Amino acid sequence: MFTIFGIPSAALFGQLLLGLINGSFYAMLSLGLAVIFGLLNIINFAHGAQYMMGAFVAWMLLNYAGIGYWWALLLAPILVGLFGILLDRNFIKPMNDNNTKRSFVMVITSVLAMVVITYLGVNPSLGFAISVGIGVVAATLWDRFGPTFVALGDQHVDHLYGLLLTFGMALIIQGVFRNQYGVSGLPYGIPPQLSGGQNLGFMFLPNYRGWVVAASMFVCLVTWFVIEKTKLGAYLRAATENPTLVQAFGVNVPLLITLTYGFGVGLAALAGVLAAPIYSVNPNMGADLIIVVFAVVVIGGMGSILGSVITGFALGLVEGLTKVFYPEASATVIFVVMVLVLLVKPAGLFGRAQ
Amino acid sequence: MANASIAIEPPLGAVKREPRGTAAFHRLIFVGLAVLLLVGPFLLYPVFLMKVLCFALFALAFNLLLGYGGLMSFGHAAFFGMASYISAYSAKVWGFPPELAILSGTVVAALLGTLFGALAIRRQGIYFAMITLALSQMVYFFSLQAKFTGGEDGIQAVPRGRMFGVLNLANDLTLYFVVAAIFMFGLLAIYRIIHSPFGQVMKAIRDNEPRAISLGYRVNQYKLTLFVLSATLAGLAGATKAIVFQLASLTDVHWSMSGEPVLMTLVGGLGTVFGPIVGAAVIVAMQNYLATLGAWVLVVQGVIFVVCVLMFREGLVGLAARLLKRPL
Repeated sequence: MFTIFGIPSAALFGQLLLGLINGSFYAMLSLGLAVIFGLLNIINFAHGAQYMMGAFVAWMLLNYAGIGYWWALLLAPILVGLFGILLDRNFIKPMNDNNTKRSFVMVITSVLAMVVITYLGVNPSLGFAISVGIGVVAATLWDRFGPTFVALGDQHVDHLYGLLLTFGMALIIQGVFRNQYGVSGLPYGIPPQLSGGQNLGFMFLPNYRGWVVAASMFVCLVTWFVIEKTKLGAYLRAATENPTLVQAFGVNVPLLITLTYGFGVGLAALAGVLAAPIYSVNPNMGADLIIVVFAVVVIGGMGSILGSVITGFALGLVEGLTKVFYPEASATVIFVVMVLVLLVKPAGLFGRAQ
Repeated sequence: MANASIAIEPPLGAVKREPRGTAAFHRLIFVGLAVLLLVGPFLLYPVFLMKVLCFALFALAFNLLLGYGGLMSFGHAAFFGMASYISAYSAKVWGFPPELAILSGTVVAALLGTLFGALAIRRQGIYFAMITLALSQMVYFFSLQAKFTGGEDGIQAVPRGRMFGVLNLANDLTLYFVVAAIFMFGLLAIYRIIHSPFGQVMKAIRDNEPRAISLGYRVNQYKLTLFVLSATLAGLAGATKAIVFQLASLTDVHWSMSGEPVLMTLVGGLGTVFGPIVGAAVIVAMQNYLATLGAWVLVVQGVIFVVCVLMFREGLVGLAARLLKRPL
């Protein structure tokens, strides 16, 4: 071990590693936000809540079903992604199509079911889940058998309403989890294969932390590859530019949009599972994170996939460094960087000028 | 993003010529409101009413920015909370009389608004919302760490003092009428701003920014001015709140506080003059009524958000305006 600028190397690199881990969460979340924004034209405020859900689903799988970390890593993103698809089908898509009859049926049925279930004395959180399920079934039946309405034309829905809609969803999700599990946080153990650590000479590297950084880098790279280098990604990019034209070429754009939202949400959930053993599993874990991720998105701009990944990791490192040299500012440094970027290059580091 | 600012569905009659007799109708509403404010404390608990009035002013300030400028700020808690801290601190530690405490809180909010506004107007639309949210989170962390805010405890037991040396604010009823006067002042100021030439230009910018630019308006100056006005009024609300509840705490600067005026405005009617007042009354009453439900309040608020966005964008007052065929 040695010292750099009077700081022991172990402390310096330890904080840098922590920064890199935070950075990998920033990267995965801002990547998901960027992909969703590109195709759905909404800023997904519920992204933090969905990250939190990922961690909770992993915890539930372990405690209620005995399913361990590795399966959770696969299952939680799929489950939360499916949940995201439900949200898209019942709320976001109807809003974007300007045809919210389906949401109306869903909300009314859910609220009625909730009233009945509360009256029956079922655990409210479970009751909430059941009523949402009933609402979804009712909305689907309505879609299939109910009278069809022509959408009110291709009126472009404002970003603003998407933000407010997903903000409401975030409140709902967070409220339900807070009711059921409180705010104190639940422990989730590190998988036995990844416990322990390596002494690298200049620092001690806990295996799990190394794994988180490697795994999230891998996921980001795969996402970049799929979007930039494959045919599916080409459809996706084309649909981002001009959905109507891509639809005319025979691509099922609505399906693509729904799957994209599911994928972005799944990515957030994956980050949540990775985070679960590091931070305690807590209903509020996503809320504060998402605001930092918004700052990251402002800094990086949402124009480029690789750009948001690089920005995420870099800002994590900046945060880690600040923790070493000026700990008081570590919570605000990313916002300060955002201010500086706004002054120098308002469109963001990788953004396209409008 | 072809159109630069957030384009809101034009509120009824906002830019179109108002129907004949609208001004007289509004005067009637103002008189009715004044009567309600006068008899209110004898029918309902004054502290509850003061809470409604503070939040109504907060929501009015937010609506001034979004409803008439098309600028969506998700960080108004910064102005509300910081003004609340300054007001509480100056009243408690420096022994300022309440009028000076409220004034200093408001001035600080105005300065903060100038700073944040100058930064946020560099981006448009959705980024504007994200930037204001991030900046207000910065204020939250600052308040968490700074010495004078008292950290997790906040500033408690703020003295209400004597306004102008004569009005003893320790009496709830006296305080109520002071708060009502402040609220009325804020409402009239906003009404004046909306109907001034400046307000007309702001509406033009909201509806079509490139056109306003091509007509030679310095759009950014207008936006910044509106932002500062909105931040100042939000600060006035926060500073008053600190005196009323004798408390300034982290809750006031937290991002969830920024969501409150958004929800109130949405429920009451975005881009209507009186909507935020109705929205604030509904939401504060709901929060009081449902207080025993704990975190379910969050769920209920979320559901209201979702329902309003999907099915009820005009809001309560917007609905009334449509039925009465007059802008409200």
